[in-house]
Amino acid sequence: MAKHIQSLERAAAMLRLLAGGERRLGLSDIASSLGLAKATAHGILRTLQHEGFVEQDPGSGRYQLGAELLRLGTTYLDVHELRARALVWTDDLARSSGEAVYLGVLHQHGVLIVHHVFRPDDSRQVLEVGAMQPLHSTALGKVLAATDPVAHAELVDAKREPFTARTVTELDEIERALDLTRAQGYATDNEETFEGVAAVAAPIYDRRRLAVGSVGITGAVERVCRDGELRPELVAAVRDTARSVSRDLGAKPF
Amino acid sequence: MTDTHTGPFIAAIDQGTTSSRCIIFDRDGRIVAVDQKEHEQIFPKPGWVEHDAAEIWKNVQDVVSGAMVKAGASREDILSIGITNQRETTMLWDKHTGKPVHNAIVWQDTRTDVLCKKLGGDVGQDRWRRETGLPLAAYFAGPKIAWLLDNVAGLRERAEAGDLLFGTMDSWVIWNLTGGVNGGVHVTDVTNASRTLLMNLDDLKWNEEIAAEMGVPMQVLPEIRSSSEVYGTVTGGPLGGLLAGVPVASALGDQQAALFGQTCFSTGEAKSTYGTGTFMLMNTGEKLIHSESGLITTVGYRIGDQDPVYALEGSIAVTGALVQWMRDQMGLIKTAAEIETLAMSVEDNGGAYFVPAFSGLFAPYWRSDARGVIAGLTRYVTKAHIARAVLEATAWQTREISDAMIKDSGVELVALKVDGGMTSNNLLMQFLADVLDAPVVRPMVAETTCLGAAYAAGLAVGFWDSVEDLRVNWRRAAEWTPGMDAEVRDREYKNWLKAVERTMGWIDD
Repeated sequence: MAKHIQSLERAAAMLRLLAGGERRLGLSDIASSLGLAKATAHGILRTLQHEGFVEQDPGSGRYQLGAELLRLGTTYLDVHELRARALVWTDDLARSSGEAVYLGVLHQHGVLIVHHVFRPDDSRQVLEVGAMQPLHSTALGKVLAATDPVAHAELVDAKREPFTARTVTELDEIERALDLTRAQGYATDNEETFEGVAAVAAPIYDRRRLAVGSVGITGAVERVCRDGELRPELVAAVRDTARSVSRDLGAKPF
Repeated sequence: MTDTHTGPFIAAIDQGTTSSRCIIFDRDGRIVAVDQKEHEQIFPKPGWVEHDAAEIWKNVQDVVSGAMVKAGASREDILSIGITNQRETTMLWDKHTGKPVHNAIVWQDTRTDVLCKKLGGDVGQDRWRRETGLPLAAYFAGPKIAWLLDNVAGLRERAEAGDLLFGTMDSWVIWNLTGGVNGGVHVTDVTNASRTLLMNLDDLKWNEEIAAEMGVPMQVLPEIRSSSEVYGTVTGGPLGGLLAGVPVASALGDQQAALFGQTCFSTGEAKSTYGTGTFMLMNTGEKLIHSESGLITTVGYRIGDQDPVYALEGSIAVTGALVQWMRDQMGLIKTAAEIETLAMSVEDNGGAYFVPAFSGLFAPYWRSDARGVIAGLTRYVTKAHIARAVLEATAWQTREISDAMIKDSGVELVALKVDGGMTSNNLLMQFLADVLDAPVVRPMVAETTCLGAAYAAGLAVGFWDSVEDLRVNWRRAAEWTPGMDAEVRDREYKNWLKAVERTMGWIDD
């Protein structure tokens, strides 16, 4: 029996290499620094990336340390703390938008709803705290996958079920949607999870600028959309709320 | 927010125990702007707590102008101003100079313990319960006035000469707002007056016999008015420039204001505010109910010249404070919110029950010889079970108060409206619904206290026409539905009551 597991030693060497400087490294640099074949290095990097320990810059294709490493050894944000901080802001979002508000975090390959504010119209509604939503079709899930590399890896692995005719299940197309989410700072779900229901969500960051959750509104298409698009004032309200909660968690102004 | 608020607005001042706040509301009851300022807590001796009333009045002016600026509002936008306040905190000031003659004695202050025992005589703490609805306890204002007059040199003479005015913080703020030494009105509302031990609950007038017995000269007492009417208009002073002529149109003690803000306008509607401690009030309508179960009878509110609405009140000394104690003294959790995470890591309490009778048992037991107990310990019990027992303690204590209210009033609890910091604890709210076997409802505006004062002030000037208008504004943000098996609930309640029994008689007299 070998004394040590070779691939783990190589992975550790890679992490040390990436931790060595500020710069991002390309695949050939990493492979040659460690004296490995490109294919071998790529396999290890892919695994590390899957675990969230390494991230690949989408523009240059270069590698850097991942957010999951920062999470190791540092206290993670308690989801109940997150709910307590979000309470006033989410109430106000429900009140101003007239729609139901949800707060989600990544949990076991999906979005766990940790807070829910009823749509303020006095209709009978059921508290959905504790429910799970899919990553690939919901606005909350897309935001998590776009901002949290661990969520992204989960999304890639997950079975992407088509819930409606509009659900996107092809990975390439989802990646384009996630790129758009990163660029514009929010994600939408236009009848991709339920017929007749649309949603918009934005990311919540903590003081280390790590995405810790997403917040959004969900409502009937007739109310929340105009000309097939989410109404811009609702998008702005959701983003304002996400910023306010992030600020309360100590995130620096955007 | 992206949507814009347009006037007119109502401004509400919340003169609280640790801070003064001003919130400006629009017609839908939504918050337009908030400003807040803390004041110093003065502890001259163990058990004594005081506030500097001059500092408080300065802060009130600051937060009112601060909120006006944040809202971008001008005088024309503000239709009226309402006031809610920490209850029972007592002060005296010189009506010629407008200066407080001593620090205000805060409701938590226990210096009048001995005086209250003396006043109780052979009858004990229930001596004036029939007339005032209150037990003779150190919280209430009357004995605090007597203490000031008897212990601060020269005050009794000045009071008898008619130079001094007494007020709870509502009276002080209204007197200053309406001109102070230049014609300020000296009034209080029925809810604040009902916490003095000096007012008759049935005719809402000062009881001259009790006042004489307590040694409080009638001339220091303010005129008792309703909770919702125009007392006067803003006159003079720095705020005069900003708000001259705006009607000052409501006053309500903080818990009564929360009852009003939660729109508990019908008999049997109840609200519970979960903070460090918990205050539960149930509207009992025009009927004055004398509690057989150790609850306090109080005025809920009175709108203009309508009949007064009464309420039963039960308070729990230790609820959020127990979670804080687990964090600060036991080190079981790092933040208060983590109690839920820890508690959720197990299915149940593992047989453990925590009765936080840290300073005795209050309603409905009133046993000062009781002390805290954790019962039912076995080696199976982990810190997660204890965390669960901590949260369950708040729910069971609410159940005991609610049982007492149902027994006294003969009215079933239809639903419980909740507010306060602990309502963000989902596990607790669900457990509360389970043990009450009634829905627990959280409203969308968390600031129910300020909202209540704003509602009362808006009603007085016709901004809202009736309480029905206000009900329409009330929005449900969340509702927890009971889901516990009756058998489980009964068994758990029985265990809780057994644990409560074990707290009693710990202190030998």
